[in-house]
Amino acid sequence: MRPRGIGEWLAYGLLYLSIVLVTLPVAAVLFILVSRGYSAISWEFLTAMPRMGMRAGGIFPAIMGTLLLVLGTVAIALPLGVMAAIYLSEYAGRGRLNRLIHLAIVNLAGVPSVVYGLFGLGAFVLFLKIGVSLLAGCLTLALMILPVIITASEEALQAVPQSFREASLALGATRWKTIWNVVLPSALPGILTGAILGVGRAAGETAPILFTAAAFFLPRLPKSIFDQVMALPYHLYIIATQVPNIPQNVQYGTALVLVALVLLVNASAIILRSYIRRRRSW
Amino acid sequence: MEKTACIIDVARLNFYYGKFQALKNISLQLESKKITAFIGPSGCGKSTFLRTLNRMNDLIAGARVEGKVLIDGRDIYAQDMDVVELRRRVGMVFQRPNPFPMSIFDNITYAPRMQGQHKGLDDLVERTLVRAALWDEVRDKLKSSALSLSGGQQQRLCIARALAADPGILLMDEPCSALDPVSTLRIEELMQDLKNEYTIIIVTHNMQQAARVSDYTGFFLSGELIEFGDSNKIFTKPDDKRTEDYITGRFG
Ligand SMILES: Nc1ncnc2c1ncn2[C@@H]1O[C@H](COP(=O)(O)OP(=O)(O)OP(=O)(O)O)[C@@H](O)[C@H]1O
Ligand SMILES: [Mg+2]
Repeated sequence: MRPRGIGEWLAYGLLYLSIVLVTLPVAAVLFILVSRGYSAISWEFLTAMPRMGMRAGGIFPAIMGTLLLVLGTVAIALPLGVMAAIYLSEYAGRGRLNRLIHLAIVNLAGVPSVVYGLFGLGAFVLFLKIGVSLLAGCLTLALMILPVIITASEEALQAVPQSFREASLALGATRWKTIWNVVLPSALPGILTGAILGVGRAAGETAPILFTAAAFFLPRLPKSIFDQVMALPYHLYIIATQVPNIPQNVQYGTALVLVALVLLVNASAIILRSYIRRRRSW
Repeated sequence: MEKTACIIDVARLNFYYGKFQALKNISLQLESKKITAFIGPSGCGKSTFLRTLNRMNDLIAGARVEGKVLIDGRDIYAQDMDVVELRRRVGMVFQRPNPFPMSIFDNITYAPRMQGQHKGLDDLVERTLVRAALWDEVRDKLKSSALSLSGGQQQRLCIARALAADPGILLMDEPCSALDPVSTLRIEELMQDLKNEYTIIIVTHNMQQAARVSDYTGFFLSGELIEFGDSNKIFTKPDDKRTEDYITGRFG
């Protein structure tokens, strides 16, 4: 019994250590953000326009800009990604070409975000002449998170038991009705997981919006989707590196708001997902 | 949908899972409004044969069919055959219960709702559940999940769901394998009752059941149809030695 006990202990110890190592940095980051940025947070900071070269006032347009970017991105990428995933998983079969497409999509997830930014600049801003705007930023971000959404949705669709499809088809349902009525509802929680991951990325990235959407300083809200916007990650980058004499707590406060925003969006998606799961299993 | 003179005509049917031949040169005719039973050892191809009749095997990658299957005089593997229409005509109860992750009510009304029927669903649910011998057990929880039912209840739910689609030809793959004797008896009564309107094809491992309920019986062995004919004859004096060995339990 003894050696087995030691092995158990060793395995448990190692696993426990890995969890500590993983969570410690996250906890440290949160701790630093909160302790140093907390003093900057106020109602004015959250709801006012920036003043005095961003050294005073609030970050309201950046918060709204990031929210709008995320919303627009998801509105574009989620339907497109889910439809692509449905095609790949339910219609395409397992031919060589389709495996190639699948592989390409999976690999797109690993492309550095600055490449998407440059592509967005070339394709949307310049070639399609949309200009540096909310729309161009959303399109670029959507492109970036599409692989995440497609891959997650495909996995979710694939995890739906084949017997559900058989049961529906055997009752005389068409393929599309089967997907719509039986397959998609079962895959929804998994698809939402993909959307959550995508939102986190879209909210936090600077490079894709750098050339496509972000304004250096714009103390108002966008009037249309063709307006530039301020965005939290880019704003943070600017006040941390480009503008001298910014109070430190403003920098940390901005970072804190960004992290909180991502967590908030994710939390609401997770709540929605668990609600759907609960409702489906009664 | 007309349900008279429904005949299934299978001619020189071969079926392959990739390189493996699961059905070998099957030819037979099935009469309308009769119960036909298929028996045979596990893995001999009974389910495969049943699934060729509503083209369920289309879903399996690498599966291939040769030969002809005529239903109502139409070649169901012809180019212009509408598979959806075929499956409305030929319903199926699967070997493993496969209710949808929906309420009991939604499971049963799935097919009618899809065909645009939205009235009289309550009646339909009660009628089909009574027929499938499940009504008394679930009448108070029609809105609860079908997945909360026991295996045998799920199987009867699947029978009710298939009936609600009003097929005309009903394929039943071991519908009673998960049922207690009382429920089994009820399902057998149901089959007798359905015989007036339906053509029923059933796979079973239960010899007594096949002998009790079926008009005709076919015996499969390793993908071949060894013997097919009147159930009375098959179970009393079969022509083939292998059939006799199987039904008397001297097989193997
Ligand atoms: N999807 C599949 N792919 C490959 N081979 C298969 C597949 N389904 C069945 N087979 C093979 O085909 C043969 C016939 O299978 P089938 O399910 O028709 O048998 P069965 O008579 O219904 O058996 P049981 O009484 O156990 O249900 C078996 O040898 C099985 O291994
Ligand atoms: Mg079988």
